[in-house]
Amino acid sequence: MFVIKCPYCGERDQTEFSCHGESHIARPENPNEVNDKEWGEYLFFRSNPKGIHYERWTHDHGCRQWFNVKRHTVTDKIIQTYTMGESKPEDNNV
Amino acid sequence: MFNRNRLISGGSIDRNKPINFKFNGQTFKGYEGDTLASALLANDVHLIGRSFKYHRPRGILTSGSEEPNALVQLNKESRTEPNARATEIELYEGLEASSQNCWPSVKYDIGALNNLFSRILPAGFYYKTFMWPPSAWMFYEYFIRRAAGLGEAPKEKNPDRYEQKFFYCDVMVVGAGVTGLTAALAAARSGANVLIVDEKPEMGGYLLSSKAKINNMDAKEWIKETLSELNSLSNVTVLNRTTATGYYDYNYITALQKVTNHIENSNSKLPRERFWRIRSKEVILAQGAFERPLVFSGNDRPGIMMASAAQVFISQYGVLPGNSITLFTNNDHAYTVAVEAISKGAKVVVIDLRSNVSNEITKLCEQNKIETYNSHAVTSTHGSKKVNAITLQELSNDKQSFVGDAVTINTDLLLMSGGWNPAVQLFSQSRGKLKYDDQISSFIPDVLVDNQYVIGTNNGNFNLKQSLIDSLNAGISAAKETGNKKDIEEFISEASEPQEFTTSEVVPYVLGSKPVTHGSKHFIDFQNDVTASDIFLAQREGYISVEHTKRYTTTGMATDQGKTSNVNALAIMSHIQKKPVGEVGHTTFRPPYVPQTFGAMAGRNVDQFFDPQRLTAVHQWHKDNGAVFEDVGQWKRPYFYPKNKENMKDAVNRECLAARNSVGILDASTLGKIDIQGPDAAKFLNLIYTNAWSKLEIGACRYGLMCNEHGMVFDDGVTTRIGENHYHMTTTSGGAARVMSWLEEFLQTEWLDMKVYCTSVTEQWTVLSICGPKSRELLASLTDENIDNTNLPYMRMRPIKVCGIEARVFRISFTGELSFEINVPARYGKFVWDKVMEAGKQYKITPYGTETMHVLRAEKGFIIVGQDTDGSATPSDLNMDWIVSKKKEDFLGKRSFVRSDTARENRKHLVGLLVNDKKTVLPEGSHIVDEANKKPPMKMSGHITSSYHSPTLGYPIAMAMLKNGKNRHGEIVLIPLMNGKVIEATVTDSVFYDKEGARQND
Repeated sequence: MFVIKCPYCGERDQTEFSCHGESHIARPENPNEVNDKEWGEYLFFRSNPKGIHYERWTHDHGCRQWFNVKRHTVTDKIIQTYTMGESKPEDNNV
Repeated sequence: MFNRNRLISGGSIDRNKPINFKFNGQTFKGYEGDTLASALLANDVHLIGRSFKYHRPRGILTSGSEEPNALVQLNKESRTEPNARATEIELYEGLEASSQNCWPSVKYDIGALNNLFSRILPAGFYYKTFMWPPSAWMFYEYFIRRAAGLGEAPKEKNPDRYEQKFFYCDVMVVGAGVTGLTAALAAARSGANVLIVDEKPEMGGYLLSSKAKINNMDAKEWIKETLSELNSLSNVTVLNRTTATGYYDYNYITALQKVTNHIENSNSKLPRERFWRIRSKEVILAQGAFERPLVFSGNDRPGIMMASAAQVFISQYGVLPGNSITLFTNNDHAYTVAVEAISKGAKVVVIDLRSNVSNEITKLCEQNKIETYNSHAVTSTHGSKKVNAITLQELSNDKQSFVGDAVTINTDLLLMSGGWNPAVQLFSQSRGKLKYDDQISSFIPDVLVDNQYVIGTNNGNFNLKQSLIDSLNAGISAAKETGNKKDIEEFISEASEPQEFTTSEVVPYVLGSKPVTHGSKHFIDFQNDVTASDIFLAQREGYISVEHTKRYTTTGMATDQGKTSNVNALAIMSHIQKKPVGEVGHTTFRPPYVPQTFGAMAGRNVDQFFDPQRLTAVHQWHKDNGAVFEDVGQWKRPYFYPKNKENMKDAVNRECLAARNSVGILDASTLGKIDIQGPDAAKFLNLIYTNAWSKLEIGACRYGLMCNEHGMVFDDGVTTRIGENHYHMTTTSGGAARVMSWLEEFLQTEWLDMKVYCTSVTEQWTVLSICGPKSRELLASLTDENIDNTNLPYMRMRPIKVCGIEARVFRISFTGELSFEINVPARYGKFVWDKVMEAGKQYKITPYGTETMHVLRAEKGFIIVGQDTDGSATPSDLNMDWIVSKKKEDFLGKRSFVRSDTARENRKHLVGLLVNDKKTVLPEGSHIVDEANKKPPMKMSGHITSSYHSPTLGYPIAMAMLKNGKNRHGEIVLIPLMNGKVIEATVTDSVFYDKEGARQND
C-alpha cells in the first residue's frame, strides 16, 4: 500500500489508482504492414521482469489521467512517475 | 458487597466511584478505572471460564491484550461480543459478562468430562478417529465443534455504528510506554507530525506499575509530565484505547480505536469503534514485551498468574490477588513483584530454577524476609477450581532430574516468570526479520524494513536508561528523515529500575510426577489447550517443521495468536530436535495483532453503502407500479411489471404483445451515454468503431461495433452526430464505464495529438423509449413538431420540444417496432414520463421491463454484447461483416481479423435455433451436440446464448453460438438437458421476425 505521486495531482492514496500493465509498448504505426509475429508480440508478449518495471497507471478516482510508473517488482518500491509521452527513464537508479 | 482483595490505597482506580456489574448473573462491585479482570480479582473471583478442548477451569493469567484464558461473552443479544478479554474490558455501570464454553455453569461443567479422557484426546485425535467413512466428517464435525469452542457469535444484526479514518503522518509511534513516549516527544520537539497510539486507556505502559525513576522523578510523574506536553502540541495526535492491528508494506498500519465500547448505554453520536488506516513516513515500534509462562504440570489452574500481571493488579488497580503467594521464576526481575506483594502485607515464597542467584538478590530476600528455594521447581499444582497448594522438588545440576524429596506447600496464588518475549508480532508482519537472542532466550528484531525503528524491550533491550537514550535518538532520527531537523535538548539524563531484567535461564519445561510424553498437563498454549506432550507427539509423528508442528498441534493458532505460547513451544521443539531455537525457526505472524471486529473493518460500507445502487429519475414510479427489479451492474432496472398477481411468463407475454400491437414504454435511462466533441471526433470514431463515420450527416444515427485489439466485439451502440464536431455515443448499460475508460486510454496513450474530449453523460439524460405501431401518434400528441416519416425518419435524431421540454428524439429501435427514444434532461425525466403515461392511456400504453426488451430484440435477432458474445466473437462470427469497413486503413481490431485463428473457417458462429417440438424453451447455457450419448462426456459443438418463448410467434426461439453455424442452416442439432432428455432443434437464421425491417422503418 503506497502513497503514489500522480504527475498531475501530487501525492494520493493508492486506492485512487489502478495499474494497466507494461508501458512503452507502442501500437504499430501501420498495423497492416506488420507480420503476424510482430502483431502477436504487440498483443500478447510482455517482459514480466524481476526488478525494474515500467507500467501504465490511471488516477481513476482523481483526474482520470494515464501516466507512467517506474516500479521495482520485488520491493514494490515506486521509483518514479512521469507523464505519457515522456521518454523512458534509465534503469540505473534503483 | 465488599472487595475482599482490594487494598486500602494505591492504584489508578477511583474509590469514590463504585460501579456495579454482573458476572454470570451475580452482581459485583468495582470502581472506575477497573478492568473486568481487576474487579473480579478484587472480589476474589478467579474462575473465569472453561478451556477450549478439555473444559478445564481457567482464571486470569495476564493483565493485558495477550490474555489467553480469561475470555468472556460480553453483553447481550445484538450487542453481544464473544472472546472479549477480561483484562481489557473497562468496567462500566451495568456491564454484563458471562463465562464461555461451559454448561450448565462454569462451576459444574459437563464438558469437563473431556479432561478425564484427555489421554485419548491428543493432538490430531479428531482427524485420526473420525476418518471413516470420509463422507461422515461433516456429521462428526457438528458435534465436535459444539463440544470445543469459545464464545458465541451474535445472531442478530449489530446496531452499532463503526467509522473509518484515513490518516497520514511523519512519525507513528506504536506503544506509549516510557520508550514510546520518549521517542514521540523527541520527534515532536524536532518538528515532525507525530501519531502515538496505545492499547490501554491509561498511557505509560508497564512502568506505571513500577518503582522506576526517570530523571530523578518517579516514573509515573515523568509519564504524566511527558503526556501533558505531548497533548499540548499541535503536531501530535495521541490515541489511547487504540491497538495497531496490522502492519503492511511501506508503513501502512491499521489500528482499532475503541471509542464507546467502555461507556454504558452508548447512545452517543460517536461510533462504537473507529478503524484507522494510517500511512506514516517513519514508524517507531515500542510495544514492549510479554512475560513468558513457565511450563510445568498443572500450570493452568485459576490462581496461577504471570508475575508481571500481579504487579499490575497491585500497583495499578489496588488489588492484591492472593495473600499466601508463591513465585516461580528463572530471573531477577520477578523479585520486584515479591517485594511489592510483601509491602502490601502478603507472604511470599520464591522458587527459583537457578542454582545461584546474585548477592544482591540474596540480600534483598533477607531484608524482605522472603523464603527462597533455589534450584527448585514446581512439579505439580493442586486444587479443583483454584490452586490451593503446590508441590516442589530440588533439581539436579543439569536440571534433567530431581534430587531430594518433594515438598507440598499451601498457597492461594502462584506467580510465574519465565523471562520476557519482545512483542515482535507487528515487526514480523512488516517483513522485518527476527533472530534468536540467547541472553533473553527469545526472538528479537534483526533486519529492519525501510523507515522503521524498534526500541526498548520491544527490541530486546531491558536496560531502562539505554532504552530511553535509544528512543530519544530514534525519535530525532525519524523526524530528521522526514525533513524535521530542529535541534533539541537531550532530555533523558538518568533512569533506573529497582531490578533490571538481565538474563533468563532456559529450561524448556519442568519434569513432573509423570513423564511429559504421557498426557501430562504441561500447558503451552492455554487458549487452544496444547500441552508439551502434544509437541512431543508431533515430533514423533514427523511433524517436525515449525509450520507443521503448529498446524498439527494448533499451538499459536487461537485468537491470542500464541503471544504467551510460541517461544515455549519452540524451546521444547529445540530440546527434542537437539538444535538451537534459532534453527528451529518461527512461524509467520499475521494480522490482526488482536481480534478485530468485522464491523470496524467494514466501517460505513454496509447495507445500501456496501455496493452503491444507481436509480433512474423514474425509479419511484416503477416501484409504485409494482415493478420487479433486476440488477444490471449497479443499476436497478424494472424486470417486468406483474399485474393482478400475474406470474413472470404471463406478464412478459402481455408486455411483448402490447409493444408489438399498440405501444409500450421502457425506461432506457441506464443506457451508457458519452458526449464526444472536438475537431478530430470523426477521425477518432473511425478508429474506435469497425464501420465508417466520416460521412455521417448532422442529425443522423449509426449503429457501431467496438472491437478490442484482438478483434473481438466488446461493446455496441448507436452514435449520433449532433453538430459539426459533436457526437452522442450510446453504449450498453453495463459497459458504459468500460467504454469511457477505453476511449480515454487511446486518447491519452496512443493518439495524444487528437483533439477529442469525452464526457460521461449517462446520468444527465432520462431516456423514455416508446415503441409499437401507435408510438408515433402518441408522440405527435406531445409535440408541436411534425414527426412523420419524412421529417423524422428511421435512424435520425431531432432536437424538439416534448411536453414543453427541450428533448432529443432518436428514431432508433432495439425491438424492431416503430420506436422513439425521447431523451430529456434527467431533472425533467419523471415529469415527461408522467405526461407520456397520461397521453398514452388511450392507446393502453404498457410499461415493459428488461425481460420483454430481451424477448423483443431476440425475435429480431439483435445481439446483446456480453450475453450472446463472451469476448471470443468477431463481427464475422456474429454475421455482422456488413458493419466492418473494407475501405478504412485502420481501426481497433482490424489487424487481428486476418490472424490465422480469427480468419479460419469452422469458428463458432451466431445462429438461430427452433426446437422441433415447438414448445420446449431451451435453458440458456445448454450445450449443443451433434451426437447424443447416454451421459457425458459428449462432443460439444456449441451453446445456447439466448432463449425465450416468443409471444409474437407463439413458439420458442433461441440464439446460439454453433461451430461452423453459418454453413449449417437447416441442419438438425441435439441439445441434451440436465434431466437426460435430448431436444432436437433446427439451425436457422437468427432473425425470427420481420426480416425486412418494415415495422421499424416506416
